[in-house]
Amino acid sequence: MNIIEKILARASGKGEVTPGEMVEASVDVAMIHDLTGPLAIESFRKIGAKKVWDSQRIVVIFDHLVPANSERSAELHSIVREFVIEQKIEKFYDVGRGGICHQVMPEKGHVIPGELIVGADSHTCTYGAFGAFATGIGATDMAAVFATGALWLKVPNVIKVNVEGRFQRYVTPKDLILSIVGEIKADGAIYKGIEFAGSTVRNMSVDGRMTMCNMAIEVSAKTGIVEPDETTLNYIKERTNKPFQIVKNDPDATYEKILNLDTTNMEPEVSCPHSVDNVKPVSEVAEVSINQAFLGSCTNGRIEDLRSAASFLKGKKVRNGVRMIVVPASQEVYLQALQEGLLEIFLKAGAIVGNPTCGPCLGGHLGLLAPGEVCISSSNRNFVGRMGSPKAQVYLASPLTVAASAITGKITDPRALET
Amino acid sequence: MISGKAIKYGNNVNTDVIIPGKYLILTLDPMELAKHAMEGLDPLFFRKAQGGAIIVAGRNFGCGSSREEAPLALKHAGVKCVLAESFARIFYRNAINLGLPVLECPRVSSEVRDGDELVVDVKAGEVKNKSKNLTLRATQLPEFIMEILNDGGLIEHLRRRIESK
Repeated sequence: MNIIEKILARASGKGEVTPGEMVEASVDVAMIHDLTGPLAIESFRKIGAKKVWDSQRIVVIFDHLVPANSERSAELHSIVREFVIEQKIEKFYDVGRGGICHQVMPEKGHVIPGELIVGADSHTCTYGAFGAFATGIGATDMAAVFATGALWLKVPNVIKVNVEGRFQRYVTPKDLILSIVGEIKADGAIYKGIEFAGSTVRNMSVDGRMTMCNMAIEVSAKTGIVEPDETTLNYIKERTNKPFQIVKNDPDATYEKILNLDTTNMEPEVSCPHSVDNVKPVSEVAEVSINQAFLGSCTNGRIEDLRSAASFLKGKKVRNGVRMIVVPASQEVYLQALQEGLLEIFLKAGAIVGNPTCGPCLGGHLGLLAPGEVCISSSNRNFVGRMGSPKAQVYLASPLTVAASAITGKITDPRALET
Repeated sequence: MISGKAIKYGNNVNTDVIIPGKYLILTLDPMELAKHAMEGLDPLFFRKAQGGAIIVAGRNFGCGSSREEAPLALKHAGVKCVLAESFARIFYRNAINLGLPVLECPRVSSEVRDGDELVVDVKAGEVKNKSKNLTLRATQLPEFIMEILNDGGLIEHLRRRIESK
């Protein structure tokens, strides 16, 4: 069996599972945030359930609308806080205590290799970076998990993406995953899992692997996953004392398809409006003028992302007419960026640094776009209306490309600014 | 049997156009959500769907976010059923859980025009296009999914299970 099949077999108490099989799996960890939580809680009450199946296995994180930006969002926060108290949920990260859920989950030790994690957010697949099977579910499914601790799942077919080769200078894991999305296409992995493998992935940091797995949902995959190794274990051991068993692929693991890629000649990539799979090398879209540059999100708001963008912005200015918004993914990332002097670089460059939140990415809070405006963003979606007006345009790129573009005021190949 | 007029869209209709992020604070008010359904793609949608309609789409309907407000908004706008060539999995589960029938129906994009009169037999997996006088096959739903739909969604389904214990 491959790693995904092995995790699902363990979680459903079976010796073996095969793709297409329906299993009822026990959930190890379930996560909700401030925007999907209220509906899940309402559904939980409608089911008639009184107590959650295991309060120790539930994590609640406020990140989408923090601090509350309207009376209505403040009310939603209240509903979730009351539930947290009522159900004695200890793993609760209120405003100022955590940050973006997909960063906080591993940071605070809630992601363990080999476990089955569900989150009421589509980018829950991010935790596959640590060798867990993690997938997004809706509010009613979450209510059912809260009530019973179990969920029916179809064992997915798995596509293995083998990546070899070194990255050219200023080419990053974000460029790699954008090119993979461009190759597989938005509907190319419906109901399927994706395993990222090969020496390029092995040599990647935890941050880079999270960026890769995060965007598995953009080809409609059920999850993205990387087999755990030394890099994974070094991270996990610093974050939790919880015992765990590493799950790896069997030597005879099978896949629906194997995709082989080489990064040697890969350029910085840009995903163009209005579809994530509309991916082009940056050279083809250079010269597009921008109004806003956003650095942040669960895809690229981590310390490495801030460091790489800051290395470009040091001693430079964001171009007049462009607003740059920097949002560290978590309180921990924020503090580290502060200690490393990165925030000072952003502020001196003329960027605004916001508090940890999903922020502009989902167009719900902060940094929305007006009709006709163009944004280059390190986030994960560029759908019509995603970041504000349906008449705005969003280009997705790496933190380096975002920083380079903020400096010049148009979409820019970071290699062209090399000093 | 479900009958209604087809409202037709293309491939990769995503949850951000089905219900934009800025309206998610209306999460506990489905009727308010419904007024903004499909706003980014089709500003006339809410009016068209009133009184019952069937959405017909291409591949990967409902891709993107896990927001259950997407099928919730469609259902409360008057959508009785969604027929697509394929669905994004979270949307698919969410719709079933809310008691909104969703059927994979190969060729539905090419065989149904906007405004065609359709009759859908969910259990049999059959779609009749009365306007063109032809019948299409849809993938039949497994028994346990039919049970959830027949109960009106997962909440009612689980409530009954808990009560019968």
